[in-house]
Amino acid sequence: MTTTTRTAAATPSRAGAAHAAGRPFGMARHSLALAGRSLIKTIRTPEQLLDVTLQPIVFVLIFVYLLGGAVAGSQHEYLQFLLPAIMVQTVLFASIATGVSLNTDVEKGVFDRFRSLPIARSAPLVGSVVGDLVRFVVSIVVLLGFGYALGFRIGTDPLSALAACLLTIAFAFAVSWIGVLLGVLMRSPGAVQGTAFLLLFPLTFGTNMMVPTDTLPGWLQWWVGVNPVADVMEAARGLMVGGPVAGPVSRSLLWTVAIIAVFAPLAVRAYRRRA
Amino acid sequence: MSYAFEAEGLVKRFGTTTALAGIDLAARRGTVLGVLGPNGAGKTTAVRILATLLRPDEGRATVGGHDVVTDAARVRRLIGLTGQYASVDEDLTGTQNLVLIGRLLDLNRREARARAAELLAWFGLTDAAGRPAKTYSGGMRRRLDLAASLVGRPEVIYLDEPTTGLDPAKREEMWGVVRSLVDDGSTVLLTTQYLDEADALADEISVIDHGRVIAHGTPGELKRIAGSQTIVVRPTDPGRIGAVAEILRASTGADPELPRPGLLTVPVDSDATFTTVVRRLDEAGIGVVELALRLPSLDEVFFTLTGHGAEEPTEVAA
Repeated sequence: MTTTTRTAAATPSRAGAAHAAGRPFGMARHSLALAGRSLIKTIRTPEQLLDVTLQPIVFVLIFVYLLGGAVAGSQHEYLQFLLPAIMVQTVLFASIATGVSLNTDVEKGVFDRFRSLPIARSAPLVGSVVGDLVRFVVSIVVLLGFGYALGFRIGTDPLSALAACLLTIAFAFAVSWIGVLLGVLMRSPGAVQGTAFLLLFPLTFGTNMMVPTDTLPGWLQWWVGVNPVADVMEAARGLMVGGPVAGPVSRSLLWTVAIIAVFAPLAVRAYRRRA
Repeated sequence: MSYAFEAEGLVKRFGTTTALAGIDLAARRGTVLGVLGPNGAGKTTAVRILATLLRPDEGRATVGGHDVVTDAARVRRLIGLTGQYASVDEDLTGTQNLVLIGRLLDLNRREARARAAELLAWFGLTDAAGRPAKTYSGGMRRRLDLAASLVGRPEVIYLDEPTTGLDPAKREEMWGVVRSLVDDGSTVLLTTQYLDEADALADEISVIDHGRVIAHGTPGELKRIAGSQTIVVRPTDPGRIGAVAEILRASTGADPELPRPGLLTVPVDSDATFTTVVRRLDEAGIGVVELALRLPSLDEVFFTLTGHGAEEPTEVAA
C-alpha cells in the first residue's frame, strides 16, 4: 500500500478513516453529527426561526381578537379553545423547513459530498429531520409563553400538557418525512415550499381549529372526520385544557406511525435514486 | 494491477441524450490522469460514476479493485471528491465543515478538530477558519472544497474542473496543491477544459468528446499526434533576421513566418532538420537569444482530433 509511506503535509498522521469500519452505531452517530449541523445553521441564522415564532403569534392575535367574541362569546374562552390547535398548526408549518433545506442541500451539492462519504445513505435525511426537532421545540415554547401572557391556562395538569407537546412534535416529525420526500423529488426549494403549503392549508385549516365541528357544513364535517390533523388538534386540546383524550390520542399515534412507515422509506428510496 | 481506478466501456444515458457512449479511463497509482474535453463532453458524468454517485447503464468501474456499484461502501473509503457539485455547507465555518466531515469519517472529536486545523493551515485558511464559508473568496472556497475532500486521506482524489473560474495566480496555487498530493502518493483524476492545465499536471491525458475517448497518451504523445513541430529562432541582432530567414528556408524548404518582429518560425518534418539549422547558424556566426523546437500546443491537438475548438460547447448534456 502506498499509504504507509505517505508522510508529507497532507498526511502527517494516519489516525483517519482506516479504523472506521470497526466502529458500531455508525448510522446513529452520523445522523447525530448531521443533526448538529442543522442546529448550527439554525443558531447561525436565527431569522430562520421568525416564521415559526412570529407567524403563530400573529395568528393568535388575529383570531382571538377578531373572532373570539363572535365564536366563543369571550376572548379568554376562545384562547383556551384555539391555542392547542394553533400549536399543532405552527409545528406542522415548521416541519416544511426540513424539506426546503434538504432541497437546498441537494441543489448546492452539499448532499453529493455526503453521498460520496462512507456513511449510511439515510444518515443525512435522518440528521436533518432530527435537527429540525429543535425548531419545533422553540416554536412551541414561544407560542405557549405568548399564550400564557394573554391569559391561556392549562386546564389539566403539566404532565398532560407536556404529553400534548410531545404528541404534536411526534406527529410533525412524521409529517416532515413528507417534506423530505418533496425535498428530494422537486426541482427547487421554492417549489417544495409552495407544494408543502398547498398540502398543509386544507390539512390545518380544514379542522375544528377555529370553530367547533358541528357549525360546519356536512362535507366539511366529513373532511374533519378523516383529517389526521384534526385528530391531533383534538388530542392536544384534550390533553391541555380538558375534553376527550383516549380516542384522539390513539388515532394521532396511529397516524404518526403510519405516516413514518410509508414516507420515511419512500424518502430514503427517492434519495438513493436521485442522480 | 497497479491501476488505482479503472473504467471500462462506461455508458450513461439521460433520457434520450447519451452522456457517455462507452468510455475507458484508467490511472496507475500515484499518477495524474487528465480528462480533457469541452463542456458537455461527459467529464462530470464519468467522475460521478467513479465516485459512486451515479450508476452506469453499461460497463464497469473499479477503484482500488472494488466495484463502484456492488462495493460502493468500500470505494467511498478510498476516494475524495472535489467538484462543481460536491460542495461544502456555506452556512458553516471552515472549521465546522471539516470537523463535520471528520466526524462522519469516524474520527473522534479531538482527531476531527486536529485534522481540520491541519488542513486549514496547509491551505492557508487558518485566519478564515472561524468564518462562514459563504464569506470566502472564490479561491478560498475552492481550497476549502479541496480540503474537505482530503479529510479522510483518500488514496484516489477526483478533481472536477478545480480551477474553472479562478484567476491565473490562484490556478498556479491550485496546481501546486495537486502536485504535492501526487508527491504524497495519491492518485488524481483531474478533469479540465484547459489544455495547458492538463499539459502542466497530467502524466497521461484522455481526450473526450461526445462521451467517447478520442485520444489517450502522455501530453508529449498527444502533441505528436497533431503533427508538425516548429522551429523558433530569435537572433541577437535583429538586423540579421534576413540571413536567418535564408538559412531556415534553405534547411527546411519552407517559407519562415514572422509572427512578431525579430522572431522567426518555420514548420519542420523531422528532428534532424533542427540540427542542420543550428549548425548553419553557427557557421554563419549568427548569435541567438532564442532557439527552440516546439511541439504544437494542446489547443492545436484538440482541434486536430475533434475538428472543433476546445471551448466550443456541444449539445450533449453532462
